[in-house]
Amino acid sequence: MNSTETKGFGILTKDLATKIDTIINYYQSDSTKLVGILLDIQDVIPKQYIPREVASYVSERMNIPLSKIYDVISFYAALSDVPRADYVIQLCDSVVCKVTGNTDLRDAISSILGINEGEATADGKYWLEYTPCFGACDVSPAIRINGKVHGYLTSKDSVKAVLDQYQ
Amino acid sequence: MKMINIKIDNIDVTVPEGTTILEAAKKVNVNIPHLCYHPDQAIKANCRICVVDVAGSKKLTPSCSSYVFEGMEVQTNTKKVRDMQKGILELILANHDQDCLKCLRNGNCELQSLCQRFNISKTNLEDTVDALPLDNTNPSLVRDSAKCIKCNRCVEACQKGQEVYALTHSHRSVHYNITPAYEAPLEQTFCVFCGQCSAVCPVGAIVEKDDTAKVWDAIHDPKKHVVVQVAPAVRVALGDVFNLPKGSIVTGKMVSALRRLGFDKIFDTNFTADLTILEEGNELIKRVTQGGTLPMITSCSPGWINFVEGRYDHLLDHLSTCKSPQQMFGALSKSYYSDITGIDPADIYTVSIMPCTAKKFEAQRPEMKTNGVQEVDVVLTTRELGRMIQSAGIDFIDLEEGQFDNPFGIGTGAGAIFGATGGVMEAALRTAYEVITGKALPDLNFTEVRGLEGIKESTIDIDGLELKVAVAHGLGNAKKLLKQIEKGESPYAFIEVMACPGGCIGGGGQPIKSTMDVKAQRIDAIYQIDENLPLRKSHTNPEVIELYEKFLGEPLGHKSHELLHTHYKSRGMKYNFKELME
Repeated sequence: MNSTETKGFGILTKDLATKIDTIINYYQSDSTKLVGILLDIQDVIPKQYIPREVASYVSERMNIPLSKIYDVISFYAALSDVPRADYVIQLCDSVVCKVTGNTDLRDAISSILGINEGEATADGKYWLEYTPCFGACDVSPAIRINGKVHGYLTSKDSVKAVLDQYQ
Repeated sequence: MKMINIKIDNIDVTVPEGTTILEAAKKVNVNIPHLCYHPDQAIKANCRICVVDVAGSKKLTPSCSSYVFEGMEVQTNTKKVRDMQKGILELILANHDQDCLKCLRNGNCELQSLCQRFNISKTNLEDTVDALPLDNTNPSLVRDSAKCIKCNRCVEACQKGQEVYALTHSHRSVHYNITPAYEAPLEQTFCVFCGQCSAVCPVGAIVEKDDTAKVWDAIHDPKKHVVVQVAPAVRVALGDVFNLPKGSIVTGKMVSALRRLGFDKIFDTNFTADLTILEEGNELIKRVTQGGTLPMITSCSPGWINFVEGRYDHLLDHLSTCKSPQQMFGALSKSYYSDITGIDPADIYTVSIMPCTAKKFEAQRPEMKTNGVQEVDVVLTTRELGRMIQSAGIDFIDLEEGQFDNPFGIGTGAGAIFGATGGVMEAALRTAYEVITGKALPDLNFTEVRGLEGIKESTIDIDGLELKVAVAHGLGNAKKLLKQIEKGESPYAFIEVMACPGGCIGGGGQPIKSTMDVKAQRIDAIYQIDENLPLRKSHTNPEVIELYEKFLGEPLGHKSHELLHTHYKSRGMKYNFKELME
């Protein structure tokens, strides 16, 4: 810890920093818009997460302590502090989807992709996680992949057909 | 001020408007159970154990966050209240590591005493201790989330008082936790190891790293010559451990206890505090007269040094190059003391008793070496010394009054007041005035720099040379002065900063329950020690004069430079975003 060298960056390239600057400027560096800012930043980072170096960069840019930013990232299910995957499959875990069979839906996804919730496939393509209700009760049980909602997933075939769209 | 009349458990009480039920109840000797409430902190109201029954309200009311209103009737011990409080306790206990015998806070734990109060020995709920890995890789503090009750006192201390922001609450629901960002170990954060978190923790979730076993081993090792130094702030706080009145001065008993524990020599850090004044005072004079970096800022507080080396590494030149009194003592113990006693520095084992957890970190800095050995081998906090004395079965209260040993046994009043915020400044001014003018000070008491106000200012006229000075305690206050310096607007020549609120008497290693009231009592005791000493100016300390004559030569001389001064460097914690931000 007494090293005088500053840490090198993995993900935070000059290009990404510019993108982050654009996002922060778009929100006029308003700390009350932090959730929106972090969501937008997460979208431009491969594997859809916010690594520590990026959070530190935002911390410095917006003059918000890193621990406060981490508090926000860890609070919201939509934000992740660990690498996820190219396609993030969010499985609704609220009452309506539970009643209409999200357990079978989860088993179907697990058996097709070979992953459980909180895991990514070995090729880094898919990630599965539970999420609170995203308002698709009318088409439940439902999943959301990279922001797009897919519903009526009551059979393994229907699940496979959806997953096939994300190659 | 408008006064409000209420009844608590049918007892009439009149309190000012804006008083909480919990505080009003204290006035009539009703102690409502509480965990997250802390008298020096903002209202949190997240543990809910302090609920009471307010007439007219269907729901129970949290007493720590509810203000009194005229005619309010409160019951604190109804069946409904007690059942609720027991239920909450059992829930907390079910998610708390119950291996009490292994815990440093055993017998001094707020959760444990509440369980005792409600006769709960074991929860009948299933234990599910959901914990993060133990964080014990730094020299100062141990964080054990298996014991954390999520009261947020530590977060409040870290963020609001100290503005360090190392700790935060994170995640939610069952995953809710108290942690640094990205669950990093403390040494990879901006944590300064001040230990204020450990001083407010109601349980054993954040504690000092216990080094008492190392000291016992050294004492029991016949080859080791074990010397100990005691910081100025310890003698007005150690009595708390033995239930003496707050602010009791226990210098003599403390020395006797240390002798009985088996230390070979017992020395006083007040001596090296005096030495610090001579070095630092001369450094200040040199900077003022020869155009050095100003304002110069004191360097005695290791939490403060960590703070500057972490977040404000562009201002390192403002820090005095003087080592802290602890390290000056350490350096002398492995050089001068070794010379005059003929004991090999490698066989001298130097222990410090400090009010501070950051001192543990400071002692282990790689640059703190003299004659090839670590200057201070082990640092114990006041709490650890208390445990050693208890463990040895020494009946502290009835001990005889002991005396410090020579050659580091005399400390002046100026050294003594290092323990209180403003003390270093006052000590420095006493010496600077007399050394520069050659005249005796008409009044030794610089009352403007005393007291618990966050930032204190004063101007002293030294024979026409006007010196503007400031004193800050608590890092939040220090930050304000740093921001001034950053902007080039600092009007001061000399600034004293102590990392902990109240100065060292409020250090993170002091006995638990060091509230602001207690700190004020300790400060009074410190100035009483000063008043009662025959010598009150550092440059009149005969042992310090002798040390310069026999060994060091002169302040800022070659030997001083080698032994008593240091250099600072960036902790390298910051990502360097400069290139990216262009």
